[in-house]
Amino acid sequence: MAAAVALRNQGITDILIVEREKQLGGILRQCIHDGFGLKRFGQTLSGPEYSQRFIDEAEQMQIETLTNATVIDLSEEKIVTIATRDGLRQIQARAVILAMGCRERTRGALAIPGTRPSGIYNAGVAQSYINLFNTMVGREVIIMGSGDIGMIMARRMTLEGAKVKAVFEVLPYPSGLPRNIEQCLNDYGIPLYLRHSVVKIHGTERITGVTVVEVDERMQPIAGTEKEFSCDTLVLSVGLIPENELSIAAGVELDNRTKGAYVDEFCQTSVPGIFAAGNVLHVHDLVDFVSLEAEALANGAVRYLKEGTLPACDIELVASAQLGHIIPQHISGTQDFQLSMRVRKPMGRCRVIVKQGDTVLRRVTLPKAIPAEMIQFTVKADAIVSGERIEVSVNEI
Amino acid sequence: MRSERVFTCIICPNGCNITTVLEDGVVVEVKGHTCPRGEEYVRQEVLDPRRTIASTVRIEGAALPLCSVRLDRPIPKKDIFRVMEQIDGITLRAPVKIGQIVIENVCGLDSDVIVTKNMEAVE
Repeated sequence: MAAAVALRNQGITDILIVEREKQLGGILRQCIHDGFGLKRFGQTLSGPEYSQRFIDEAEQMQIETLTNATVIDLSEEKIVTIATRDGLRQIQARAVILAMGCRERTRGALAIPGTRPSGIYNAGVAQSYINLFNTMVGREVIIMGSGDIGMIMARRMTLEGAKVKAVFEVLPYPSGLPRNIEQCLNDYGIPLYLRHSVVKIHGTERITGVTVVEVDERMQPIAGTEKEFSCDTLVLSVGLIPENELSIAAGVELDNRTKGAYVDEFCQTSVPGIFAAGNVLHVHDLVDFVSLEAEALANGAVRYLKEGTLPACDIELVASAQLGHIIPQHISGTQDFQLSMRVRKPMGRCRVIVKQGDTVLRRVTLPKAIPAEMIQFTVKADAIVSGERIEVSVNEI
Repeated sequence: MRSERVFTCIICPNGCNITTVLEDGVVVEVKGHTCPRGEEYVRQEVLDPRRTIASTVRIEGAALPLCSVRLDRPIPKKDIFRVMEQIDGITLRAPVKIGQIVIENVCGLDSDVIVTKNMEAVE
């Protein structure tokens, strides 16, 4: 929606938003907590309020939307196949913006041994039951994984009368933001155990409990540390995976680290005219950054529509081992560009250095860096010295 | 008596660690904040911790059975569950609009419960 509004503002009139759900707004419809919009609107809003601002703008601009409609195929030639209530539709697009978001990693992906009872939910699923459909998922809850949605659901379930016994995180540091540990766990006396993993699920029809174990530096269970916890509900908050089935169908090249498309500074994928922004490109911690990324993308998309092509992006960007990923992965060198990245492990005071050969293009000092928080800054085009590849690294200082 | 307390600021995603120095229950120094809102937060937090909460209320005549709501101003932490009980007693009738007041001055705490989702009436 942010991209559509920005495109419309730049004079593009023939825009169609295709949405699988009945209503626009995506995951924000069920994110009823506040804390959205501080960066984008300068005030704190709940998810539905945040998305309504874009829905209102899109409506005022009379941007065409198609809800209850699933895009089932996207081709390299940008033919979009949509399953709608009125039958199958095929549309030849001149440009496509991918904004499918993420899926949650599931129990299956973790291969937790044990039985397969009911009462095991992904955090986002539990959130939709509780916040949209008035269905409480359980009364005695264990949470596995310290992702933000898991912590937010720990608070939500506590407010709705459940007993959330603990959050277990296999890593030595939390996956979510410090403010959520504070306001969702500490406020309600919910303990967070780091270096702990659920290794077995008990129960035949309904889950009755889990076995939890401490893990060592290599994330291997430490023998003799097994503990059993009774519960009727296990909530998993163990990561998000960009939803790229359509991207793959269109021949879009994916980056193994982000699990999203390989893009240039225009957010254009390896297929000319197909762009990607938001969680489908890389997992964001803040919706504000999703909207800002999509709005920035509009510039490139408009230029592509007007000129039929975008400048060649032959300058490769590579991230050092301490960085989980970097966006974009290649640039043209003709304009300033925004760099996004995450550190793999928490760091104290550190310095991010962007280098081309021996020339430092940008140096950013941070008081701390954590995997839960994306790092973003701009690199100036006039700093770029050649067509050589650019290296981005971070080191504690 | 002099004491120090460290807080994780919840105002924005930066989550700064902010230290307050208290002397006889009075804040004499705030360290580690990177913005004025952070300082304001810990000064409040150390004396009277407050939160805004979000929840849902039942709604009739809408496409979904629930409508999301939140407080428009923070309330004392200790009153959260009292307010949740009040919220639990509400049933709305569609249509509703963002910002519509559901409970005025809930529990006398100088905060309103407001609707955070536009919901149309459906047949």
